[in-house]
Amino acid sequence: MSNTTLKVNGRTHTLDVEPSTPLLYILRNDLGLQGPRFGCGLGQCGVCTVIVNGQAIRSCITPVSSVKSEITTLEGLSTQGKLHPLQQAWIDEQVPQCGFCQNGQIMTAKALLDKNPNPTDAQIRDGMNRTLCRCMTYYRIQAAIKRAAKTIADARPAAEKEVVA
Amino acid sequence: MNPFTNIPQHVEEALEKWQAPRRNFLKSAGLFVVSFGAAGISPLVTEADAQTGTPQTAGPYPDIDFHQLDSWIVVHQDNTATFYVGKTDCGQGTGTSFRQLMSDELDIAFEKTTCIMGSTDITVDQGGSGGSTAMERDAWPMRRAAAEARRVLLEMGSAQLGVPVDQLTVSDCVITAKGDASKRVTYGQLIGGKRFNVTLTGANINAATGTAKVKTVQEHKYTGQSPQRYDIPAKVDGSLKWAVDVKLPGMVHARNVKPPFAGAKLIGIDESSVRGMPGFIKVLSKGNYVAVVCEREEQAINASRQLKTNWEKPAKAPFPASDDLFDYIRSAEPTSATAPIIVGNPDTAFAAAPKLLEADYEIPFQGHTAISPAHAMADPSNGQMTVYSNDMKSYGMRRGVATFLGMPRENVRVVWMEGPQGFGRTAADDAGCEAAWLAKELGRPVRVQWMRNEETAWDTKAPAFAVKMRGGLDAAGRLVAYDFNARALDYNHVGYNEPDTVLIAQLMGIRKANPDKGSASTPSEMYAIPNRRMATEVVSLPLIWETPLRTGNLRDPNGPQSTFASESFIDELAAAAKADPYEFRLNLLKADTKDDSAFRRARSIAVLEAVAKAYGWDSRPSPRPRGAGNILTGRGIAYAFRGSTIAAEIAEVEVNRQTGHVWAKRLVCAHDCGLIVNPQSLRHTVECAMLHSLSRAIHEEVRFDTEKVISVDWNSHPTLTHADTPASIEVVLVNGDPNPNRPDLPPYGAGETACKPMLAAIANAIYDATGVRLRRLPFRDARVLAALNAARV
Repeated sequence: MSNTTLKVNGRTHTLDVEPSTPLLYILRNDLGLQGPRFGCGLGQCGVCTVIVNGQAIRSCITPVSSVKSEITTLEGLSTQGKLHPLQQAWIDEQVPQCGFCQNGQIMTAKALLDKNPNPTDAQIRDGMNRTLCRCMTYYRIQAAIKRAAKTIADARPAAEKEVVA
Repeated sequence: MNPFTNIPQHVEEALEKWQAPRRNFLKSAGLFVVSFGAAGISPLVTEADAQTGTPQTAGPYPDIDFHQLDSWIVVHQDNTATFYVGKTDCGQGTGTSFRQLMSDELDIAFEKTTCIMGSTDITVDQGGSGGSTAMERDAWPMRRAAAEARRVLLEMGSAQLGVPVDQLTVSDCVITAKGDASKRVTYGQLIGGKRFNVTLTGANINAATGTAKVKTVQEHKYTGQSPQRYDIPAKVDGSLKWAVDVKLPGMVHARNVKPPFAGAKLIGIDESSVRGMPGFIKVLSKGNYVAVVCEREEQAINASRQLKTNWEKPAKAPFPASDDLFDYIRSAEPTSATAPIIVGNPDTAFAAAPKLLEADYEIPFQGHTAISPAHAMADPSNGQMTVYSNDMKSYGMRRGVATFLGMPRENVRVVWMEGPQGFGRTAADDAGCEAAWLAKELGRPVRVQWMRNEETAWDTKAPAFAVKMRGGLDAAGRLVAYDFNARALDYNHVGYNEPDTVLIAQLMGIRKANPDKGSASTPSEMYAIPNRRMATEVVSLPLIWETPLRTGNLRDPNGPQSTFASESFIDELAAAAKADPYEFRLNLLKADTKDDSAFRRARSIAVLEAVAKAYGWDSRPSPRPRGAGNILTGRGIAYAFRGSTIAAEIAEVEVNRQTGHVWAKRLVCAHDCGLIVNPQSLRHTVECAMLHSLSRAIHEEVRFDTEKVISVDWNSHPTLTHADTPASIEVVLVNGDPNPNRPDLPPYGAGETACKPMLAAIANAIYDATGVRLRRLPFRDARVLAALNAARV
């Protein structure tokens, strides 16, 4: 066991944990977060996804000691009580069936849109491809990502839009 | 945490959120001290107990009496209402639909209602989920209870206002005298927080009723609309507490150690291999069941992997390898057979038919492979057993756990919470019994969760099928003789939370005296074929206990398998007759005019016509003239009913002749489930059901050698992905009832029908594109490419 400092959703925590412990169990069992969940423990399904340095990572195979930057979980996406456009799009499109995988879908989509604000259909399929849903809500997820991309683009200041254009 | 009840903080918070108005009233009304007999505790009282920590909430937990109106509905002083239903929502939005139906009957705004589901100590036992019965069967007593509440409230209003009931109107909880708006009283004023004390009649819960009549379809305000699902916001902002999230003081974590070979016998456990590991508490074992318990979750995972165990292989192979499965099925001696269903004289018709076709279809074992492995938390406090679980049949789990542990049912409750998709897996919930047994042994709350390889290998499986079909066409290309013969590997089909078939019981050596004989289903269509024989048989694997190849119910348990064969073969017959496959089916439906009580013939015709129209179907036989490029495009159609719900589906596929890869580019479904409660929820359910079967069509197969399952994760057991998703999915909602506006149009189940036709629709589309008929699922790239190469495509 050793002291590890983690910054999660803007808060800093110091924990006495075994350094090789997968980040997932620390987030869930020590910090009480519920966005990331166990799906496979193999990095194959994405249910445990969190964002570190702009990257969607699989917390079930990430040793806690390897994480040096701030971690964002599903709980940290909203700002000042306002849902992230992706979360709102998920509600508007009524995406989930059971919803168990949607943490991974939303967090993977967040990292995707942060890198590529206006992805093509092919880029969405490619960027989301290893994030699994066994209720098969893929069609609605892809629609929600497009909706969120538009919301984010529409909210951007006009000057910035011109620069982008 | 309430120290008296062990209800975790998050459940308290959730209850507080739902119940605050009612609780506040209960406080002022002083109803906390009311106590009732052993049977018939209403949610009102249980909630009060939860607030005060009286012994009733600490247990025991008597059954909730469905004959009490108070068990179904509580109207609060602020004109809100809480509905308590004995169902669980597996993600299809049934809770929202129940609120719509009950709000309509009660005459209350949908937004002012909440719905509490599935926890056995505060809701009536409607069995939880299963069989797509939510709207078709279980919503009826809810609707009648809500209608009865409205009737009683109108009588109370009449007495209070001194106005006859027939001179009153009611809108959104406000009762008003016709012609005198000053005479008004609200539901909250009349009953808020108090008990109705009205007894319902009915021999069983499905028949529970008051004297009020339910509304006609034309009187519905919320039914037929698409309010957003109330459960979704908490699922996307991270605030929902799932069954996996339950935490209790003193809790510990368990992981199983599964037998490394099917039918293996545990010879020894070397506990010293883990004794020094961090957080290690105990190895618990009985028979061939082994679990390791540690303080922390990752410690339990590590210790379960580290624990040294010795196993003895069974004397004979438990099953053939999956590559040899269909030869095994065809050569096995059936364990049971149904008497054939015979129409006309099939033997004579086959002898006379100028054109005969015969084909064998093969459907492997396909698993649930839920996105989350099985999990549960059990708390043995207060001499009771509380199980926090996502079991879709929580009431069955309560009975199963009670029997398994030898505890009175009154001492067991199941707190239902959300979890991964149901589809039948969580009704055969292994983790609940495991957590309960471990908690009882340890005397501490235990959380157990399976690992991915355990779940994918050992979850319940949809039965494998081998189906032989024969057909005879007359000189005009009409289908005059038909023979369907299915064999399902389904002996010892496991039941719902049965203490003698749940896996931990099997591993502990418990054996059901008479294993379930299993079943195979016959095609479900309304084709008028003059001479027909349909027969089914069940065969058994050598090993039926303690095997990872346990068959159970997977979303329409064997409809997709039978329909894959029957609707593929209809296409083969159409092709042999050089007929358009849509018109061939339509003609078979229209060859008779007799219909049944649910008008399934008329509605089948309407649905088939609707799907063809929505797709833009042009008449031609399959296959189409083969294109020259790498990508071959084709379309396939298939149709089936389940119960009284009809679905017809068209798939348009692209087949890559270089790689064998199949992409379903466009899917269209026409769907008739009678009265539609929430069109948006229905569309999404149908979309996802189609994609579930698309996944089964192109990806899913349980692979095994002669000792164990070898498809154990998402690489070795692939599933549908984002890349496989069609570019376009259309769902056409049809009302094909001969009297579509009838006031009593009933709702039929919608959770499973759309799963049925898709497997054959994909096979038929591949045939249309390539001229190659695939009769063995799944259509993975290598299998398709091999078939294309063999046909020199």
